[in-house]
Amino acid sequence: MHNRLRAAIASAAVLLAPLAVSQRAATSPSFPAYRAPRLAGHPDLNGLWQALVTANWDLRNHEAQPGLHPELEGAYDAGPAGQSIIEGGEIPYLPEALKKKKENFENRGKVDVSNDDNRHGLGDPELKCYMPGVPRATYMPFPFQIVQGSSPYILIAYEFTTATRIVRMDWKQEAPTPAWMGWSRGHWEGDTLVVDVTGQREESWLDRAGDFHSDSFHVVERYTPASPYHLMYEATIEDPKVYTRPWKISFPLYRRMEKSVQLLEFKCVPFTEDLLFGKFGKPGGSR
Amino acid sequence: MTQRILLAIGLFASLVAAQAPKPAAKAANPTKRSLARTPWGDPDLQGVWNDATSTPLQRPSGVGQKDVLTDEEAQGFAEELANDLSRDRRDGGAEVDVNRAYNEHWMDARRLKITADRRTSLIVDPPDGRIPPLVKLPPEREKARAARAAANARFNAGMPLTYRDMSLPVRCIIRTDSPPYLPTIYNNDFQIFQSPGSVVIAPEMIHSARIIPVGAQPHLGTDLHQWLGDSRGHWDGDTLVVETTNFRKDDGVIFQNADPDTYRITERFTRVDADTLNYEFTVEDPHTWTRPWTARIPWTKIDPKEQMYEYACHEDNYDLVHFLIGARSREQRGEK
Repeated sequence: MHNRLRAAIASAAVLLAPLAVSQRAATSPSFPAYRAPRLAGHPDLNGLWQALVTANWDLRNHEAQPGLHPELEGAYDAGPAGQSIIEGGEIPYLPEALKKKKENFENRGKVDVSNDDNRHGLGDPELKCYMPGVPRATYMPFPFQIVQGSSPYILIAYEFTTATRIVRMDWKQEAPTPAWMGWSRGHWEGDTLVVDVTGQREESWLDRAGDFHSDSFHVVERYTPASPYHLMYEATIEDPKVYTRPWKISFPLYRRMEKSVQLLEFKCVPFTEDLLFGKFGKPGGSR
Repeated sequence: MTQRILLAIGLFASLVAAQAPKPAAKAANPTKRSLARTPWGDPDLQGVWNDATSTPLQRPSGVGQKDVLTDEEAQGFAEELANDLSRDRRDGGAEVDVNRAYNEHWMDARRLKITADRRTSLIVDPPDGRIPPLVKLPPEREKARAARAAANARFNAGMPLTYRDMSLPVRCIIRTDSPPYLPTIYNNDFQIFQSPGSVVIAPEMIHSARIIPVGAQPHLGTDLHQWLGDSRGHWDGDTLVVETTNFRKDDGVIFQNADPDTYRITERFTRVDADTLNYEFTVEDPHTWTRPWTARIPWTKIDPKEQMYEYACHEDNYDLVHFLIGARSREQRGEK
């Protein structure tokens, strides 16, 4: 017994020294250098990918939280806890913008589409099944598929509300008109697909916590293959009307590995119709 | 509203562009010699394609048995159509004028042209160019059809009871994204993407991507249904053949509300030359039609400078709210 104890103490001492290092490694995994297989001369990013972070509830550190109607749904609509995916932890809001973010959160579950001029004024767009925009589409709890061939276009198809976006490679033209999924132009930097996203509709949100942007929203995404099964995702976000400086998020994307896995439909419009349009029906007139 | 104006300007621009003389690509002999291939060896279907045409799905009764028009007849047809669409149509009073709001200004200019082979119908089989007669439907399907027709009638009369009285396209659930693909008045664009082992079709309306695994992957289980069904493809020579099953049973998902349990659709995509893709589909359902039927629609490659725009249907579906508020207001005024 005595010997065992001594041995345990000794091995603990040996373990203590590298502990600091291994903890750092645990929080930011570093992969051995990896070169992705090529398709038509470029890294092949084809596949079904998914984030495992819980940033869709809140980009920042967040505790587990009840849903909007715990009295009806119990734990069903409750959200998981999660750690911030933001470099430095916080979003650098301008003071006025921080106020608006808090209002957004308070009003996240409210909807009123009866007034055309303020149709998008209330409620999280996700609640209403609107296309989520970028980068939110990337960290929603749904997979997405990258379709890359030999044309100057890469398609990203998201399961949530079957949203799609076309990445135009080495494209000059600026966004022709605002769109919910924005205007994406890509280029390769070594093994990294860099996508510049402008022209997003100003009404989209970044998460359920009410984080938002304006019509000056500019996102630069970086998709870097880290192994056959991982892409490292990074996005730099700027919007001088809302934030004091550009800020950055990052997290890994995981390849979906199930046999015969495929993107399924999450056409959520039918789930929102009673909420959005129910009150305009004839009382007692449901068919 | 801004979106609509932009769209209208876009359509107008394409109308003007269409009047410019076309390069000679069409005049050259369509030969198989230069059929484009992807780096991994499949026929290359990538690009933005448009299926607009004025050729009707079914042969109009006026042309009798005639299946192909002469050059002269085709010219006459095109002129008549253009005149009809652009003539002054303010002759019916305010209400009729509102109902004619979707005039040629909204329409894809390519829609003025009939197919290059001057057919009188998109249906090529049966030979009469018409959808075959329906079989006798069981009472519950007759009842469902009658209910749907009544809902449509309420909607057309401006008196929808609830959002459920509206069709799936008006509710922005599916539009031209579910097969078979038929030409419509606008946004007839389809972008095809390919990667090794899949072909993906992204229609302009509504922003969904139909991902078609090409190879031996089996269909989803029969208890998993989707609005766009579940598609599997294989190459038959240079033709992509796509079989789609697993459609949802909701009203209006399948053409003419066929029975999803027995409905089969087979589509064939064949690139004929640099600018043309032949799209052919065969549908069969012994529970709905007396025989299978087939239509062929040429898809034309469009200039990459013309691009697909995002069709955010649900996000800005102001109309659905207006329809319902309008109906409630008519009820209050005592209209029926």
